[in-house]
Amino acid sequence: MTRAETIPTTPTRERPETPVSTPGRVGESTTRADGVPKVTGEFEYSSDLWMDGMLYGATLRSPHPHANIWSVDTSEAEAVPGIFAVLTHEDVPGRKVCGMEVPDQPVLAWERVRYQGEPIALVAADHPETARRALEKISVEYEVLDPITDAEEAMREDTPKLHLSGNLLRHIHVVHGDVDTAEADVVVEGEYEVGMQDQAFLGPESGLAVPDGRGGVDLYISTQWLHIDRDQVAESLGLEPDQVRLHLSGVGGAFGGREDLSMQIHSCLLALHTGRPVKMMYNREESFYGHVHRHPARMRYEHGATRDGKLVYIKARLVFDGGAYASSSNAVCLNAGTFACGPYDVPNALVDSYMLYTNNPPCGAMRGFGAVQVCFAHEAQMDKLAKALGMDPVELRIKNAIKPGDRFPFGQEVPPPAPVAELLERLKAMPMPEEEDITGRDLRRLPGGVSNVTHGEGVRRGVGYAVGYKNVGFSAGFDDYSTAKVTLSVEGGEPLVRVHTAAAEVGQGIVTLEAQIARTELGVNKIAVLPADTSIDSAGSTSASRQSYVTGAAVKAACEAVREKVFARVREEFGEDPDGLSIEDGNVVAEGHGIVVPLAELLDGEEIGELVKYRHKPTYPLDENGQGDAHVQFAFAAQRAIVEVDEELGLVRVVEVATTQDVGKAMNPQALEGQIEGGIAQGLGLALLEEIQVKEGRIQNASFTDYLLPTILDMPPVKMEILELADPDAPYGLKGVGEPPTIASTPAIVAALRDATGRELNRVPVKPEHIVGISGPTGQPPQPGSRGPAAERA
Amino acid sequence: MRLSCTVNGEKREVENVWEGESLLYVLRERMGLYGSKNACEQGECGSCSVYLDGTLVCSCLVLAGQAEGCEILTVEGLAEDERLHPVQEAFVEAGAVQCGFCTPGFVVATHDLLQRNITPSEAEIREALAGNLCRCTGYEKILDAVRLAAERMAAS
Repeated sequence: MTRAETIPTTPTRERPETPVSTPGRVGESTTRADGVPKVTGEFEYSSDLWMDGMLYGATLRSPHPHANIWSVDTSEAEAVPGIFAVLTHEDVPGRKVCGMEVPDQPVLAWERVRYQGEPIALVAADHPETARRALEKISVEYEVLDPITDAEEAMREDTPKLHLSGNLLRHIHVVHGDVDTAEADVVVEGEYEVGMQDQAFLGPESGLAVPDGRGGVDLYISTQWLHIDRDQVAESLGLEPDQVRLHLSGVGGAFGGREDLSMQIHSCLLALHTGRPVKMMYNREESFYGHVHRHPARMRYEHGATRDGKLVYIKARLVFDGGAYASSSNAVCLNAGTFACGPYDVPNALVDSYMLYTNNPPCGAMRGFGAVQVCFAHEAQMDKLAKALGMDPVELRIKNAIKPGDRFPFGQEVPPPAPVAELLERLKAMPMPEEEDITGRDLRRLPGGVSNVTHGEGVRRGVGYAVGYKNVGFSAGFDDYSTAKVTLSVEGGEPLVRVHTAAAEVGQGIVTLEAQIARTELGVNKIAVLPADTSIDSAGSTSASRQSYVTGAAVKAACEAVREKVFARVREEFGEDPDGLSIEDGNVVAEGHGIVVPLAELLDGEEIGELVKYRHKPTYPLDENGQGDAHVQFAFAAQRAIVEVDEELGLVRVVEVATTQDVGKAMNPQALEGQIEGGIAQGLGLALLEEIQVKEGRIQNASFTDYLLPTILDMPPVKMEILELADPDAPYGLKGVGEPPTIASTPAIVAALRDATGRELNRVPVKPEHIVGISGPTGQPPQPGSRGPAAERA
Repeated sequence: MRLSCTVNGEKREVENVWEGESLLYVLRERMGLYGSKNACEQGECGSCSVYLDGTLVCSCLVLAGQAEGCEILTVEGLAEDERLHPVQEAFVEAGAVQCGFCTPGFVVATHDLLQRNITPSEAEIREALAGNLCRCTGYEKILDAVRLAAERMAAS
């Protein structure tokens, strides 16, 4: 293939300018600088990119979850008019595998495929339909193998190994106190299951790779972490990192699903091979195969307590299905192992958390990251225990709530603030919504809504509570840092601050927050947040609720460094004591003396720029007994759900979710509310609707017609009370806020369903048939009105 | 094939359209109007909502050929003289925008609702927007935005 003669270096479509925002400091509700381009349709997402001479890339994927590949014949596809390249693993010039934690996943499969949808070959064509049709002309000779589709089966000694390292990807073993000698008056057991949830971000995987004509490549991409993508792309292309430049394009949501690579290496391979810009854009069906999902889990628990309701011990055995490749499963397994007991003071605990390779779709990061699954189980156990003790479920939780100075079962001392009891007390005190008469009600406000299937005969109301928690930031010894460059200059006679980081804005609002911090620290109104790219060092991942903390701290520190320089200059020129100085509205002000000098005058055409790298305090890996100071910060949320259930039809309406959450500092209250409401919606989805159904390793519902997401009709009003208890180690005292709402809402909603129906409901998503009792999740159909298999040994 | 239609008040003609292309594809890849989004491409998410001769449709479900001779209004055509439409303004102010991928569809669908009913009840808003998926906001701020826009439009 000949290289194009002229290679445009930037997308031809005019890229929107960096929005300069003006209002809003830390603590104030500040509207997004990218809000206007987003409502007018001008905001450029990675699927909106276009360049002259651009080709469309497409991916051939395995139809089998497990097979040997005997041959791949691309000759017929290469002959299709309009096809510019057909590539296989032989065309990967560098490392032929990739992976965030463990490089175990082929860039393009050779010899063997381990999941349905695994990429095998790529094509580039002048029209996406031509590309799709060429894929059909590639002939692959498979020897279909039996898939390993059950994590317990994968663990058995005699099961064939999917990877050289075996099928056990990780085992976390946490020993705290001694469960064998612990004596309890009351014991409850339970088995719980969580289905495979999808992040279902709305903007499908997409990007544009542009060869630079000198052997390197620019990639405009949706991702959560530019630098880890850059390093993996460079390694597989056999290039130096600086020959691969990543630019964050508009990201249509992420929720964990963009931490791993999708089409990054593929599009660059095609671009370098053809010498033309190549755009790749998955459709929704392909997106279900193109990213990892939330791990399905099976969890067995035993809780022992004294007669007056103090926890004595917890035993938990957790089995996670990691699917075909490692993704971030190692960290998910660690998270689940450390959070398995919930935010409670437990003197004795034994937790075994297992992560297995199977031939199911690969699983990895999704909002809540291992804490979601165990929270569903530990909160169900707390309710079961409360019932066995005849105690109020909230009282039981308060009685056992962990507090600063206690030790988590993984040995780390609970740092302040950890207001678990307070969150629950405040939640309990929040007013209940008024009960609305069933008869004569607008049908849209009944379970089943406009489907007009119930008139309220079998409708019962239920109330449920849950409390969840999670680490913020990367854990267990990971070098977790962010980098920020802040530059103060004068433009058009007015001071302007430019903030540059590589932090991925995925919708959460980090760009707004960076501007708020700069405005607060430097007293300048006009702030420009520059596009994120790899020309600056890493900001780390937009995940683990960490960007506000880590990149927030980096921006704050860089602003402080700039401010120090400004003050030093003032002292030099005016002899003012810098301790009494501040910057307000673009002027340097001395305490009691008013304006010393406007910044515009002081800078006199010069710029002051500072680059700062920020690291949070170190964390440590767990030892062989699962003990260690593994996490840097903990965020807590408690929730109460009220549901109405039609017991005969299995229909559910969530009436309200109330929540209390400690956020340390509400940096941007409106955006914070949006995180909490959006997080609750995803937890509601897992409770009632969302599951990737996998049968014999094959996805049955790879579309938004069959994978059900909560709509505006499913989502109830959210009531919230925000606590601002500062974390002394974090910038402004803030805590990460994105994940706790998702963690607590699933168990709260299911608890409310149990309250309404009296059923066990030990699997999510809860389906209508579980509510009416047609089939029990453990294969034993519970009798109507029964409480399921008796597990209490009171 | 050749396609002629009016888009946002402007006569447009595109050549070499493949018969299988959707109106969404033509708007995006052939006319450069990327505001209408491609989230599900099977009529479930509403992110590609446009007006076709005054009717709200999912442009992913309309074949390009069906738009021949039609008037199409997309999200790019709602603002007038650089001034945001009150619906757009309300979405920004109310915090109804996070990642923003669903936003164009919600804006067009809300525009349609408020044209028909300037004082919608909560149930009416929810019903009208039930065909639009948002994965970020949990819809609360979207409801706020619709109420805010309705209030302002009714007052003006």
